[in-house]
Amino acid sequence: MSKQYSQIGHSAPRIDGPEKATGAAKYTLDLKFPNMLYGKILTSPHAHARIISIDTSEAEALPGVKAVITHKDVPTLKYGLSPARWDENIFCSDKTRFVGDKVAAVACVDEPTCYRALKLIKVEYEVLPAVLNFLTAMDEGQPLVHEEYANNINTEIHQEFGDVAKAFAEAYHVRTDTFIGQRTYQCPIEPHAAVSMWDNGKLTIYSSTQSPHYFQYYIAREFGMEMGDVRIIKTFVGGGFGGKLEPTGLEFAGTVLAKLTSRPVRMFYDRAEMFAHNRGRHAQQMEITTGVDKNGKILVAHANFKMDGGAYTSLGIASAYYAGALLPMTYEFDNFKFDMYRLYTNLPACGAQRGHGAPQPKYAFESHLDNVAKDLGMDPMDIRILNARRPDTVTPNDFKVNSCHMRECLERAREMSGWDEKKKNRVKGRGIGVSTGSFVTGAGYPIYRTDLPHASAFIRLNEDGTAATLYTGAVEIGQGSDTVLCQMAAEAMGYRYEQMKIVAADTETTPLDFGAYASRQTYMSGTAIKLAGEEIRKQIIDMASFMLSLPPEDLDVDNGVIFSKSRPDKTIAFEAVARKHFVLRGPMLGKGVYTPPRLGGSFKGAPVGTSPAYSFGAQVGEVQIDEETGEIKVLGIWDVHDCGKVINPRLLHGQVHGALFMGMGESVWEEVQFDDKGRILNAELANYKMLTAMDMPPIESEVLDSYEPSGPWGAKEVGEGSTNPTLGMFSNAIFDAMGVRVNSLPLTYEKVWRALKEKREAEAKAKADEAKPQAAAEYCQPAAPA
Amino acid sequence: MINRTITDRDGVKRYLITLNVNGDARTVLVKGNAILANVLRDDFNLTGTKKGCELGDCGSCTVLLDGTPVDSCMVLAVDADGHDITTIEGVAVNSKLDDIQQAMINYAGIQCGYCSPGMVLSAKALLTRNPHPTEPEVREAISGNLCRCTGYVHIVEAVLAASQGKLVPGEHEYPREEGGSI
Ligand code: FES
Ligand code: FES
Repeated sequence: MSKQYSQIGHSAPRIDGPEKATGAAKYTLDLKFPNMLYGKILTSPHAHARIISIDTSEAEALPGVKAVITHKDVPTLKYGLSPARWDENIFCSDKTRFVGDKVAAVACVDEPTCYRALKLIKVEYEVLPAVLNFLTAMDEGQPLVHEEYANNINTEIHQEFGDVAKAFAEAYHVRTDTFIGQRTYQCPIEPHAAVSMWDNGKLTIYSSTQSPHYFQYYIAREFGMEMGDVRIIKTFVGGGFGGKLEPTGLEFAGTVLAKLTSRPVRMFYDRAEMFAHNRGRHAQQMEITTGVDKNGKILVAHANFKMDGGAYTSLGIASAYYAGALLPMTYEFDNFKFDMYRLYTNLPACGAQRGHGAPQPKYAFESHLDNVAKDLGMDPMDIRILNARRPDTVTPNDFKVNSCHMRECLERAREMSGWDEKKKNRVKGRGIGVSTGSFVTGAGYPIYRTDLPHASAFIRLNEDGTAATLYTGAVEIGQGSDTVLCQMAAEAMGYRYEQMKIVAADTETTPLDFGAYASRQTYMSGTAIKLAGEEIRKQIIDMASFMLSLPPEDLDVDNGVIFSKSRPDKTIAFEAVARKHFVLRGPMLGKGVYTPPRLGGSFKGAPVGTSPAYSFGAQVGEVQIDEETGEIKVLGIWDVHDCGKVINPRLLHGQVHGALFMGMGESVWEEVQFDDKGRILNAELANYKMLTAMDMPPIESEVLDSYEPSGPWGAKEVGEGSTNPTLGMFSNAIFDAMGVRVNSLPLTYEKVWRALKEKREAEAKAKADEAKPQAAAEYCQPAAPA
Repeated sequence: MINRTITDRDGVKRYLITLNVNGDARTVLVKGNAILANVLRDDFNLTGTKKGCELGDCGSCTVLLDGTPVDSCMVLAVDADGHDITTIEGVAVNSKLDDIQQAMINYAGIQCGYCSPGMVLSAKALLTRNPHPTEPEVREAISGNLCRCTGYVHIVEAVLAASQGKLVPGEHEYPREEGGSI
């Protein structure tokens, strides 16, 4: 068993629980400022259109309208993830590239006036042919989404590690499968919102953001400002899941509208606008080929992917690299080839959604691996255990793995789920499937090119020692970072969690932290905070040593009490020591900073997927299929995780549950659907189907006793990695139940029903053919389209 | 029928309505199309009532109308005239949290918290009419409240715990469990 601690390893209740439970917590949309205006953005109704003219005069004349802006009023500098692919403007000037592309904005005395004003802006469009299918976007003769990107190629990746050709030649069995993943949307329940205001050349934005620092950098760059003159304050955030990681039109337009009117401007995206802004998971075509030896050991894999990027880069180049980068993580093989095209289409841009780039490729690979196992007559669990990654190994693409309990996760999931029993005693229509996942514990390189550290923190003790405030740029978006980081601070200081306060995610009052993405905060922010806490601990022990006349080496501090190691009766309260310190030496501060070590290889794209530590997990799911209707009933899910030392068990399991919920939605129901004009058909929550409490199956989640040597107290990530196995797990359970494979997500009841029908028809036909072997060939008809 | 109306200079009628919000009679002048959620949030500054869709799909805006949970984005303010409304701000009495709120905190039924006001109110209505619900009954009662964060696991656990008075842990403690399964 791992070491016991007084502050970490326990399910401390959330530090923000009471505020959230009572409705006191203010989210951005709840903020009001004196003299505040309301803003709204006008977007393109066409997927691809040339803007002939924009006439704002009628809107400007409407009483209550305070400002109307178009591309003429804003910087023309393009933005996006990396300089080579800055491709998006605040407002479109020449043409619009998706239904929802930003064209103009208004600021008015109230929201109803905004809607009236938007209707009065006259935009004349010349509608252009649109690229709506990413699979044909590269074809000759297709219209170009961006003239400067030939064949609509946004990103092209070709990586090869080891000797792929040789390994395929030597393989005992080679198999190729192709799968399709759908576009999903993060769909936080809280809409995006921002309130922008100016004061004497300084811009302040309250925003529903996952990274105030990135927003600060991005907005300063866009408007040619000093970063110090841009202050981003995160309010309570109602979920992000990757969708709130980059600034939106709300911050950009809000900045300009607030400047023009000299008044605070509050803006938000309604649910349909959120869907249109999107930045959700890319739809992907994934062709996977592997070669195995006769025991089922994977020798080589080739991933050949295409993804639908939508109209802009957004964070999507990272998604494109991640799609391949994390594939060789849970299984060991030396030879790996990855080809990817991220294509522009006239659809909303895609970006980073929980598990960034990894869940769909994992779905494809895990489904494929079950097909391979079937070819070899192997149990899906056995082939995974045989290939499971071991600790202290390096992937073919140069990611160094320290702690890794992949094999134990699988073995434990096998046990918990009663896998062997269930495989032996088959029940008709019932199936069981397994899948694995892994994820980075923070990205090894920053989100934009900079040599700044990734995380920093300081802790200030109240003068009388009765409270300590943690100042961190880390970003609480629901995952519980404020709580967990305060537990870590208290542990490092020898203090008590209950006495911790936190000031977080405000670029003016808190030190730099890159924010909530890539599952980085417990580890990276936590490391900086641990150092800050240890500085406090050292000063406390120093002062206590003076007060008790005992050598510092003899003293330790835990849970708010300083004690002598040799004479247990000698103790003194933390508060008394802290107060004395203030009287004699002034304020007590502790600070810490974290920069990851240099990681990864030197090939093109090598930084994406690097991380100081990786989580691992296995999921088993059991389903019952109704052959009549195709309905999938989930009988149980068993999740086992290796996420290092657990800081707060209850919050950690909450992350697993949420990830599974999202993964299950993506597996069976969730899909952003478009009509033939590129308009979203289900930009609302009635038809973009998330699971309700009644749909959520029973879950058992368990964590292994694990220790990551590089992490603070041995911790690593859990929040995103838990989404990675789920899609493949469902695919495999359904495959096991039906004996046929549905090769595209989501695995809807309809697709399952159709697959079963085709299977039945094929079986009936085979039987008939057997009965009349002679005649069969003559009457062989292609199956009627269903 | 509301007979206290004023017509503005554009000919648009305003209705003088009185809502009994969390026990206080609040009188306000609204247009016929004013939505209850907006009146609560904008006129009374009761922003604990959240809006996630404004289409009656997400349940973030749940309030109790005469004790029954409703999506306040789907209720016209004029239709609530004279009725009792409980918002999340009215659930804790004199800073003493309701059992459901306490259990939601202690059992980690709250993550981002955006769905939490609506969840608490739906659960509150359930426990008022059925103090000892079964798990399926809890799931059904909150099935109109979407949560994107929790998978509902800890929410259901919290509501059941509240119904059994198992607010473990007590006021200043928390479960000291180890990293195992729950
Ligand atoms: S805002 Fe009322 S149901 Fe979503
Ligand atoms: S806690 Fe985030 S939506 Fe429920």
